[in-house]
Amino acid sequence: MNDSMNTDWELFEVFLRAKNGLNHKHVGSVHAADTTMAIGVARDLYTRRNEGESIWVIASKDITASDPDNSDALFEPAKDKIYRHPTFYEITKEVKNM
Amino acid sequence: MYTTDLRTAREKASDEAKAAKKKVVDDPALLKAFQARIDNDEVIEAKDLMPEAYRATLTRQISQHAHSEIVGMLPEGNWIGRAPTLRRKLILLAKVQDEAGHGLYLYSAAETLGTSRAEMVDQLLYGSAKYSTIFNYPTINWADIGAIGWLVDGAAITNQIPLQRCSYGPYARAMVRVCKEESFHQRQGYELITVMARGSAEQQAMAQDALDRWWWPSLMMFGPHDSDSIHGHQSAKWKIKRFSNDELRQRFIDATVSQAEAIGLRIPDPELKWNEKTEHYDIGPIDWEEFWAVVKGFGPCNRERLEARRRAHEEGAWVREAAAAYARKQSERQAAE
Repeated sequence: MNDSMNTDWELFEVFLRAKNGLNHKHVGSVHAADTTMAIGVARDLYTRRNEGESIWVIASKDITASDPDNSDALFEPAKDKIYRHPTFYEITKEVKNM
Repeated sequence: MYTTDLRTAREKASDEAKAAKKKVVDDPALLKAFQARIDNDEVIEAKDLMPEAYRATLTRQISQHAHSEIVGMLPEGNWIGRAPTLRRKLILLAKVQDEAGHGLYLYSAAETLGTSRAEMVDQLLYGSAKYSTIFNYPTINWADIGAIGWLVDGAAITNQIPLQRCSYGPYARAMVRVCKEESFHQRQGYELITVMARGSAEQQAMAQDALDRWWWPSLMMFGPHDSDSIHGHQSAKWKIKRFSNDELRQRFIDATVSQAEAIGLRIPDPELKWNEKTEHYDIGPIDWEEFWAVVKGFGPCNRERLEARRRAHEEGAWVREAAAAYARKQSERQAAE
């Protein structure tokens, strides 16, 4: 076998909008030679049962992800700020809805 | 489709040896912290720190699962051109296309662990990677297509449902998609074999013959008995596998026996009987010699399946090269504009 046979095409991440009004959501990835082909493959792979009305693809290498090791530094500070949620506040019974 | 962990004892030892060489496993504090996350029912994602043995076990299991989906297209593809009606042909085409899709979801999931798809495909075509033993049996009559959907996909679903809660996120998510699609596979198969079981005497005989040949290999899909499966407990500890081989096999048997009775087919096991005490069916002994022979490459179709995959891969090389050349040309043209 020769080496060129077994080189993967570039990896793309696939995002689908299930229907207008909803946002695009990550569903998985595909290998493709270019973006046009990536959309074609994503269509065959992820929309066989009406799962989407719009597809985004982006080369996986162009995505920058946060480092899980930094999760505490990034997300911990939000956890103790319960006063950012409406349920933190007590409203007098006379007022039924707010 | 589904494959059990088909590693031989030697391969399992080699995975562990490989893992032991990497530093991560040597750190007992990390192992303990990882196990604590698992025990806390946390989901592990691709970029999280994980023991190398966890990575190696999952890479092997998910890639075998992917290979099974891909090789699994062959026995059914065999009948696309000979499907008896247009309806059946459309159904079979859709099902085989789904199997290709399942293979791709799974390769993607495995790739997140750091092995490229090209490498995994190489291991299948030219190395020693395994796929489910079930696909090394031939599909010799049309009722076999019904039996595959009903029994093989039925067994697969039994295995795959708990995998939706597997500790590794990308694998679990792939399983959610697969399970959603798989239930059509089982139902179309059962419907097909029902039609035959209620047809002419000749059709009934074909349906029974298909069940006779696929019953035991389907039970083997769940892998060796728990008593012979020495490494099962590690996968259980890591919540990769949530039920044992025997538990899942029993679940499948209990569900399937009444389905056979409902359409007047006979399970080919004279020792099969309902056990009042356990409230499960007891079965006769499984021929494990046959199972291991098929695992080791001596099944009826092992050679044929791999040759077909290699041929498809090699004959498709020019398409892959042409697409890459076209993409290169387009991007050069765009750069020049």
